[in-house]
Amino acid sequence: MASLTLDQLAIGKEAIVTRLVCTGASRRRLMDLGILPGTHLAADFASPLGDPVAYRVRDALIALRRAQARQIEIELLQGGQP
Amino acid sequence: MTGHSSAACESCPAYNQAMLKKLGVNVEAVDYVVALAGNPNTGKSTLFNALTGLRQHVGNWAGKTVARAEGGFSFNNKRYKLVDLPGTYSLLSTSTDEEIARDFILFGQPSVTVVVVDATRLERNLNLTLQILEITDHVVVALNLIDEAGRHGIRVDERHLARKLGVPVVPMAARKMQGLPELLQAIEQVATGAYVTRPHRIQQRDPGLDHALRELETALLREFPDLPNAQWVALRLLDGDASIEQALRERRLGDLSRGQASAPAADALALEIAS
Repeated sequence: MASLTLDQLAIGKEAIVTRLVCTGASRRRLMDLGILPGTHLAADFASPLGDPVAYRVRDALIALRRAQARQIEIELLQGGQP
Repeated sequence: MTGHSSAACESCPAYNQAMLKKLGVNVEAVDYVVALAGNPNTGKSTLFNALTGLRQHVGNWAGKTVARAEGGFSFNNKRYKLVDLPGTYSLLSTSTDEEIARDFILFGQPSVTVVVVDATRLERNLNLTLQILEITDHVVVALNLIDEAGRHGIRVDERHLARKLGVPVVPMAARKMQGLPELLQAIEQVATGAYVTRPHRIQQRDPGLDHALRELETALLREFPDLPNAQWVALRLLDGDASIEQALRERRLGDLSRGQASAPAADALALEIAS
């Protein structure tokens, strides 16, 4: 089964980061924003067109585009559906 | 005016508050340069305005037409220039804001860099703090928004934090002007060397990396003898930082540190690095 990526996380759901699949500057950027393997994330709300989505990361709201979110592999918290 | 002050007065915060003179945009003949760094929205500009008396609303720093906000103040008869840097999460990413902050801290060689951190989001803020501690010794951490942290039930053990980081940590609430005298005193002590910092640094590195770093550092210093933080520059080059490579090619790193290497020499070095 292909692993779940952050862009598939529904609003109101929470997850743990398992892997960053990007490299170089974009990986660096995500890590600087506090997104590392093991980090707890929550999808708080989406913009009217659904992209970007605002995620809660270490007590701050970070807006990520779908393309960025797709580079973050996650594991769902509290079981359930994405 | 203060001719009769005793030693006891010197350490009294109330006394020192009176010793602060806001100089506004007057930044001539300064004794020390102080940089204000920190994540976005931690109160850097509030602090800047509180110390200089300016009302410059420093908004976003998008685009290349960035002018750092500068102002002055005097404290204990010393004149300081205060430089408000763009808010940034890191010194390693490649946005314009981050480059400005990074270049100033690395090559502008401020006497003191004040890292303004948000006490309610300490974990997030310590990333930049640790990066700054890697490149400069003269740091003061301003633990801002301490009042808001208190409201959220967050208590920060600032003495423990100061021990861990190896630099002064001053709890404050810039909006309410709380902690300013203590901050000024810490800035003065670090600027004059009265407080000797022991900044937290990464200790253990891979021997292979160390070897590569030393070689590159030697090559860098050969071309740019006055380059401060050559080891940090070497580390960035090994990490494939395109902006540093570019700056090196254009001799901008050398210029900032009064390096005298010729442009062809810099090109040769860039080639050496590329190979």
